[in-house]
Amino acid sequence: MFGIIRTIWMTFLHLFHKNETVQYPEQKPYLSPRYRGRIVLTRDPSGEERCVACNLCAAACPVDCISLQKGERDGRWYPEFFQINFSRCIFCGFCEEACPTYAIQLTPDFEMAEYVRQNLVYEKEDLLISGPGKVPDYSFYNVSGLAIPGKGKGEAEHELAPVDTHSLMP
Amino acid sequence: MWYVLVILVTVFGVLGVAALSTMLERRLLGFFQDRPGPNRVGPFGLLQVVADAIKMLFKHDWIPPFADKTIFVLAPIIGFLCVLLSFAVIPVTANWSVAGDLNVGLLFVFGMMGMAVYSVVLGGWSSNNKFALLGGMRAAAQMISYEVFMGLALMGVIMTTGSFALNDIVAAQSHCWFIIPQFLGAIIFLMAGIAETHRLPFDLPEGENELGAGFHTEYSGMKFGMFFLAEYAGVALISCLITTLYLGGWQGPLLPPVVWFVLKAGFLICFFILLRAALPRPRYDQLMAFGWKVLLPLSLLNTVVTGAILLLRASA
Ligand code: SF4
Ligand code: SF4
Repeated sequence: MFGIIRTIWMTFLHLFHKNETVQYPEQKPYLSPRYRGRIVLTRDPSGEERCVACNLCAAACPVDCISLQKGERDGRWYPEFFQINFSRCIFCGFCEEACPTYAIQLTPDFEMAEYVRQNLVYEKEDLLISGPGKVPDYSFYNVSGLAIPGKGKGEAEHELAPVDTHSLMP
Repeated sequence: MWYVLVILVTVFGVLGVAALSTMLERRLLGFFQDRPGPNRVGPFGLLQVVADAIKMLFKHDWIPPFADKTIFVLAPIIGFLCVLLSFAVIPVTANWSVAGDLNVGLLFVFGMMGMAVYSVVLGGWSSNNKFALLGGMRAAAQMISYEVFMGLALMGVIMTTGSFALNDIVAAQSHCWFIIPQFLGAIIFLMAGIAETHRLPFDLPEGENELGAGFHTEYSGMKFGMFFLAEYAGVALISCLITTLYLGGWQGPLLPPVVWFVLKAGFLICFFILLRAALPRPRYDQLMAFGWKVLLPLSLLNTVVTGAILLLRASA
């Protein structure tokens, strides 16, 4: 009996509490930089596309919503097209984890509603941004052993010159 | 002419209050839960009512093929009509009521409430759905048994006043509101009133977690809306009745009578909503046991004690 009256009273007091609601469209909540929202493709510090079309993200994606086609230019791989179907994407972030080049990144933006479902399929033009995203200094070709024009074998950062397999010297 | 005006104002007043209290309820529930509730449509979200009404009217009004069509359509109408008719005898002020000095006013209200049971039972039965039927059965048992305590709780008031006319009852409270001498009766009446309108916490006929939506599971569109309007009008009716019977009706200092009546009834409606926000729903057997094992003896006690005091006074 007392419990009931106390409950009623405590509920009544909630009338004078502050609202917890965030009035969303006018009042935006804080989203941390690692929030998993709209996906972007970033560029390396020299302004080249980071993506090397390795297809790892497409393989990692649990809902198979990434599709891309490899192309080759100056010995560098790049995606000829790169589509993400955001009507299927579950924003799990696996693609970001799988990517060896930090090319694909999730951003703190979720306001991507569309009236036509087809518009949710983002092409490379929609995905590609001009900056390096969350990892400003990383450039895959500068640390990888692959030879590209302007950088031969063994010239990458932290890389030793290749071993001469024909020499017997230690 | 005056009469027609009174009737029109009453009917549209009740409709308006019922519609507004749906909105008031959602706002208040929101505040009780530290959120603002619907506040987007119009100033303070007031136009939410209009939006809801439009939505209801344009919804597909579906009658399931397995339902008993005539009764299915009739049930919500009966429910709504009974509540609306009960308002005829509520004296809003001394001379503003459709039939305030009807000499059996209180009996009339009770008759109408008894009829309202039909609406839920028939609604549940004609839906031909086991959940709806269970809801309807629960409603019947609950409403009929709680009507008993409701009537018995009122006996105190009726004996003190010596009249069934609501105007006389209000007039008899010019010195002292009946809630003071009849406190027990008022509490029992309040609880029975909640059960009678099957509002939370006594909304077992529509207990969502076990019965889907209870007796109105199969209803959609405006027929569903009618059930809901009837429920909210029922809340308003019980509030008006408590105001008239226990809180001195339209009497009060300074302010005009209408304002007093509206204030008291509005306060009670808010209190109903507070109860909904605060209390969990009891189990069905608990509800019935509470009724027959607690409320019935208490209301009988109330009647007996009031009667004894009245007799003593009369003989003294
Ligand atoms: S976030 Fe998950 S679902 Fe979306 S594209 Fe990346 S891997 Fe696929
Ligand atoms: S985005 Fe990353 S993982 Fe996907 S293909 Fe390009 S480099 Fe590979």
